[in-house]
Amino acid sequence: MKTFLAFITKEFRHVLRDKRSLLILLGLPVVMMILFGFALSSEVKNSNVAILDYAQDDASHLLIDRINQSQYFSVQQYLHSEAEIERVFRQGKVRLVVIFPQNFQEDLLHTNHVQVRLIGDASDPNTSNIVSNYASSIFRDYQNELSDNKKLPYSIETETRMLYNPQLKSSYNFVPGVMTLILMLLGAMMTSVSIVKEKETGTMEILLVSPMRPLLVVLSKAVPYMVLCFIDVIIILLLAVFLLGMPIRGSLFLLLAESLLFIITTLSLGLLVSTIVDSQQTAMFLSLVGFLMPALVFSGFMFPIENMPLPLQIISNIVPTKWYYSIVRAIMVKGLGFSYVIKQTLILVGMTVFFLGVAIRKFKIRLA
Amino acid sequence: MRNLLFLLQKEFRQIFRNPTILRMILMMPIIQLIVIPLAADYEIKQISISVVDQDHSPYSQKLVHKLTASGYFQLVEYTQSYAKASKTVNNGNTDLILTIPQHFERDLVKSNKAQLHLAADAVNGVRAGLGTAYAAQMIGDFNREVREEWMMLPKFNEIPQIEITSANWFNQHSDYHLFMVPGILAILVTMVGCFLTALNIVAEKEVGTIEQINVSPIKKYEFILGKLIPFWGLGMVSITLGMVFAFLIFRIIPVGSYLTIYAFSAVYLLGVLGIGLLISTFADTQQQATLFSFFCMMVFILLGGLYTPIESMPEWAQWLTRINPPAYFIKVIRAVFIKGSHFSDLTPDFLAMIGFAILFNVLAVFNYRKRSA
Amino acid sequence: MAQPVIHTHQLTRKFGDFVAVNAISFDVQPGEIFGFLGANGAGKTTAMRILCGLLSPTSGEATVAGFDVYRQNEEIKKHIGYMSQKFSLYENLTVRENIQFFGGIYGLSRQELKEKTTTLIERVGLHEEADKLVGSLPLGWKQKISFSVAILHRPKIVFLDEPTGGVDPITRRQFWDMIYDAAHDGITIFVTTHYMDEAEYCDRVSIMVDGSIAALDTPAGLKKQFKATNMDEVFLQLARGAKRSDG
Repeated sequence: MKTFLAFITKEFRHVLRDKRSLLILLGLPVVMMILFGFALSSEVKNSNVAILDYAQDDASHLLIDRINQSQYFSVQQYLHSEAEIERVFRQGKVRLVVIFPQNFQEDLLHTNHVQVRLIGDASDPNTSNIVSNYASSIFRDYQNELSDNKKLPYSIETETRMLYNPQLKSSYNFVPGVMTLILMLLGAMMTSVSIVKEKETGTMEILLVSPMRPLLVVLSKAVPYMVLCFIDVIIILLLAVFLLGMPIRGSLFLLLAESLLFIITTLSLGLLVSTIVDSQQTAMFLSLVGFLMPALVFSGFMFPIENMPLPLQIISNIVPTKWYYSIVRAIMVKGLGFSYVIKQTLILVGMTVFFLGVAIRKFKIRLA
Repeated sequence: MRNLLFLLQKEFRQIFRNPTILRMILMMPIIQLIVIPLAADYEIKQISISVVDQDHSPYSQKLVHKLTASGYFQLVEYTQSYAKASKTVNNGNTDLILTIPQHFERDLVKSNKAQLHLAADAVNGVRAGLGTAYAAQMIGDFNREVREEWMMLPKFNEIPQIEITSANWFNQHSDYHLFMVPGILAILVTMVGCFLTALNIVAEKEVGTIEQINVSPIKKYEFILGKLIPFWGLGMVSITLGMVFAFLIFRIIPVGSYLTIYAFSAVYLLGVLGIGLLISTFADTQQQATLFSFFCMMVFILLGGLYTPIESMPEWAQWLTRINPPAYFIKVIRAVFIKGSHFSDLTPDFLAMIGFAILFNVLAVFNYRKRSA
Repeated sequence: MAQPVIHTHQLTRKFGDFVAVNAISFDVQPGEIFGFLGANGAGKTTAMRILCGLLSPTSGEATVAGFDVYRQNEEIKKHIGYMSQKFSLYENLTVRENIQFFGGIYGLSRQELKEKTTTLIERVGLHEEADKLVGSLPLGWKQKISFSVAILHRPKIVFLDEPTGGVDPITRRQFWDMIYDAAHDGITIFVTTHYMDEAEYCDRVSIMVDGSIAALDTPAGLKKQFKATNMDEVFLQLARGAKRSDG
């Protein structure tokens, strides 16, 4: 036991001495939280719009004003002819062009019907869709105001409530994602690289002839990263609560416990990789492609899993990040208790046991 | 000059003997191009809805029928108990709960007004927003139909109506793949240029062969060119491979000219190679190099509009975009691929990229020392 | 007396407050085998790196091959050879390819390269291994090839940093034979080591303790001075007072 502690201390020293890596390992979560919390948002805001106003009347001016005032839009240019549209798109200057026909106000008031054309740069089809919807709703609101003068009978009123996230803050979606990503990166990649580096430089042999069981040698390398991961979890939670104002609705203890479990899962994964791989470069490559990308893609925080084709949905089930992500979301955002996350927890435990088991077996085979 | 040739000969020999690099160049485009576009489908296809119908009247059922027939919604639950629906939404099995209270139909007929309640799982704000918007739209349509039915409105439209027609340019079928693929090509080139270069140089540091170079009469610029040229070549190869696979897998080819793409790639690569070089002067181990590269790339790419629109970012972040090389390249490659933008449309971006190439390489050359101070 | 191949006077290197090399002064004569000894941390590697042009001195004078270390650093590099502890050859290039590269960057013509390659292969006794990747060769051969590559361009002086680490005694002996041959050819040898028995093979030896040169003489002279029977004892006596040592 004492030898084990000595090894752990040595490994800690290695990690602490590498200040540059430490800076990134501790700084990355902070930066990501700031980015996702303040800079990145999948909500559409300030979309660049160009106006082609053939009408130039009060109504069109009013609507243009409303468009500009809206948080969703920012009027960039006023065009003079349709010929300009293609160029302005190709230069990437605007995402939407709104065309008011001649006699806009006149037609609207006298014939009760007028057509407005929206032309969108559908390169990004999703944002384009949303942008068109927002633009349409501005017109619809105006239309409703006009018709409000005539009180209509048989009105259905809908009261809408947003659950869990009343202000529609996108941070509520990202924070669990950041946690998942960081732990996967740290736990799996760093551990595997650190062990493989030892193999590469040949110092592994020296460690293995030491008076300690080889498995414990390898485990001792994982311990500092386990601690770093846990520190990162705390950093992320602190930032989430105090910087982003996001509440932890559920039990903090449960959240930390589940995080610890996931950390062990990722460490076992890192261990497994280190038994298969011989060079640091390969370890990193494998980590990037095998861990990071699946963590990003398959956890469900960047891309909705429901939309994926079936084979990819199946793959997402064998990626531990998906389960941890749903656990964190359930506890942190929805405030749910253990009973709701039992299934995911058991799956994570199962995966951990599997990874560790295979890693240990491979390790023993190598030595034999 | 002679030294440079020797350096290049050695470098190319080493690259072709390094299986990891070759694998990376070949496999990364394939894997990324296959998995990410397939997975990244943001189109909100089907919103799950639970209906709590406490009225059970013909008209409440008509409303529900309208919702399900629209194709936007998938009815996962039809119950009388709000508690049950609540549990469903807690479990994450439904996006929306529509509650139709008792006496809905009666209230509508007798008192001219009726209330409905919508509750949305707003953990994913965009989804909730769209879901409620669709629902509101359907309810509005339903309201209008009911009104017309009961009121026998005259044929002539008494209500002013603004008809909105939308046209989608460049991406008629709203193909999200078309949008994602060029972005992935951009990431590819960035990774090869920045990550591989940094890793390669730092590996030499770790092994000690860089010392042998520093002790020799090889000049600083010869060494740097000796690294830039091969990896620039690899970068150009990777974008070519990327475009080939984009065609093979998705049938996507650029609308614009290949020459434009290559011209921009060439200059952009010089820029990210400079970043990779710069990173290599700060990192001593491959581990550090990986972490630094990954960190830089993540920040650049996320802030570069790959995944969320730049316009949605706050002022300060948009400012940062101006000094973010990947942001330019992502924009340019998407523009050329999807919109067929010409070189003349994108000249300011080209100039910015030249600026980056100069800046980062000068910094790197300045920072690299054969002799430590 | 011919001009010394290495000349230092009060050469100093500080890292912040820490004085790694403390005003050392010594000369190395052409054709000498000069041993630079000391415990780990005594400052010998730092001193050597300054002379090789890998590290800038903080103060003091130094010339190598007649060129000033401050102002003519790049010129020095054309006239020196270097072999690091890690035997820095390219592991995934063959022996031949390594020779071609290193010979080339030191200015050897294609003809010269061809001749030298053949000679080197003969001398080290390689034959088919010449076309194998260096990484696949045993440590002893890597070491010999490394040394041969370091002197390929017939530098005035070759710097060897702990060149015999990790090899068996027989290979070590063979290696020193190669060093003798090179010295015989007129190449000055500057070698650092912490194997005290290797000190016996040198013409003169300097022992660094805590950044300063504590002793400098022929091995015979040192043994007499410290009334010791071998260099180990000499070293122990000096090291006893040392503050900086292994670990």
